[in-house]
Amino acid sequence: MSEALLALLSGSVGSLAAWTATLRETAPLLVTGLAVALAFRGGVWNIGAEGQLLAGALCATVVATRLCVGAPALVLVPAVALAGALGGALFGGLAGVLRATRGVSEVISTILLNFVASCLVALAIHGPLQEVARAYPKSDPFPAAAMLPAFGRVHAGLLVALVLAFGLQGLVFRTPFGFRLRAVGLAPTAARFAGISPERIALSTLALSGALAGLAGAFEVAGVTGQLYEGLSAGTGYTAIAVALLARLQPLWVIPSALLFGALEAGAAAMQREAGVPAVVTQVVQGAVILLAVGLSIGKRRGPRLLGRALPEDA
Amino acid sequence: MEALIEAALRLAAPLLLAALGELVIERAGLIDIGIEGTMLTGAFAGFVVAVASGSALAGVAAAACAGVAVGGLFAAFTVLGRVDQIVVGTAVNLLALGATGAGSRALYGGAPPSAPTLGPVAQGLLGELPWLGALLFSQTAFLHVGLLLTLAIGFGLARTLPGLRLRAVGESARAADAEGVSVPAVRILAVLIGSSLAGVGGAALSLAQSDSFTEGMTAGRGFIALAIVIFGRWSSLGVLLASLFFGFVSALQFRLQARGSGIPYPVFLMFPYLVTLAVLALATGRARAPADLGRPYAREGA
Repeated sequence: MSEALLALLSGSVGSLAAWTATLRETAPLLVTGLAVALAFRGGVWNIGAEGQLLAGALCATVVATRLCVGAPALVLVPAVALAGALGGALFGGLAGVLRATRGVSEVISTILLNFVASCLVALAIHGPLQEVARAYPKSDPFPAAAMLPAFGRVHAGLLVALVLAFGLQGLVFRTPFGFRLRAVGLAPTAARFAGISPERIALSTLALSGALAGLAGAFEVAGVTGQLYEGLSAGTGYTAIAVALLARLQPLWVIPSALLFGALEAGAAAMQREAGVPAVVTQVVQGAVILLAVGLSIGKRRGPRLLGRALPEDA
Repeated sequence: MEALIEAALRLAAPLLLAALGELVIERAGLIDIGIEGTMLTGAFAGFVVAVASGSALAGVAAAACAGVAVGGLFAAFTVLGRVDQIVVGTAVNLLALGATGAGSRALYGGAPPSAPTLGPVAQGLLGELPWLGALLFSQTAFLHVGLLLTLAIGFGLARTLPGLRLRAVGESARAADAEGVSVPAVRILAVLIGSSLAGVGGAALSLAQSDSFTEGMTAGRGFIALAIVIFGRWSSLGVLLASLFFGFVSALQFRLQARGSGIPYPVFLMFPYLVTLAVLALATGRARAPADLGRPYAREGA
């Protein structure tokens, strides 16, 4: 037991290499954590960050290994990031459209789209995106010009993520859109009477949240793995929910929260290597953290309350 | 055709049990997306106990108990703590996935043994009846229990006092409370009953459809059960029909896959989820959801 804990600590913060591993795990958790925090703020239950991340990684791979192979880095890197955001926005937006036009709960549609996205990735790497050698079900390696600039083994995506955290803090608390988002999250009926359309806000929130998650996917393929394969994301989009809730849906607090969970992921990998404790126990920790985070707020009535409520038809 | 329908019924059984469980919970006014994790825990607990005891029935009982335990956790947070149901459900799913994965590796080291399974209810003469033999008697008891429960839940909800109270709590918790019905008690009981059904539904996967437990073996069936409740318009008969539909879709998927049509396999894997999405988009049953669905209830001033 103590051996496992020691491995967890030394593997996450015990050395420079361990810190590098922690920061690498932190980057996608930070971006997807922001995506979830934004959505939950608006009372939109985006459980689909996982699928949006994969959709983003898929689109980024299409651009990097098929569409713009010879392009210079100055063009290719932004194009890859943009493609990732677009892919995620498409998946998030689809859930938003289904909710706005057909009344389909985004909880269920985003979960189902997670499965669809992972199947699409499998389809792509067994088919049109498979490496030229056709030996393994994975994509061609990204050309060097498509890879994010890196400092040692930490890619620039982390820097972008930090900027995004500050930007979203401003967006949520300092802009008209942020005001409408919070209004719909806190009191959809009141917001409707104030002339805000909850459906429209939900749609743009889902698309924006999806774009962020998709960006995280692009960062993973263009910053860490350099190619697309099955199992690219081992539940990052679900961990993101724990990250966002622990941060109390405050974009700036997502930074330390993501760092904590990043350390947990890096440490768990070391724990599995050195002490033979399966890394899946981190999911138990994540679930427990979610319950702890929301459990502590029992009695203090806070946060969005749109959950599961069909809005009154006459409102 | 007969084989296809037989497979459809077999694949529908776990969905039916889980969806009936979710139906009971939702009619009491709660959304439990943790049903996926509840099923998975049932599949795991059922498998472990069946292997250890050598009895599939003991496994099924354990699955029901495991479902109750998971349901208790969900109810404690959502009913007593009035914490967001979606958030707690997500946490339950993560906990279940991690705990069953770690548990199965710790117990079996990645190579789980074979469990005793629940066989067809009747072999011999009954099983050889044309059509009926293949369709009903060659099925496992999971299907028959599901069919009986469909009737029992349908009757119970519509015609009995406890059923009336449960519906009242789901439609208007405040009015039910004013009538002297204990909203927390009814909701907790509904979650425990529903979760035990979901646990048994999970056992149908590890003790009938296969004889083994694999990590994450529910693969979204709990979420499909959620969709089934919506598609079935919150009625037990509707849930039965929707479950049969999804069972048929899965059976068709396996049939086409086995035929080797040259279509890559991920297309088939995607099939049930796409069908579920399409069905949800086409079924506009929003107006029929219990009015207080998803709303935590607190007395004024409480």
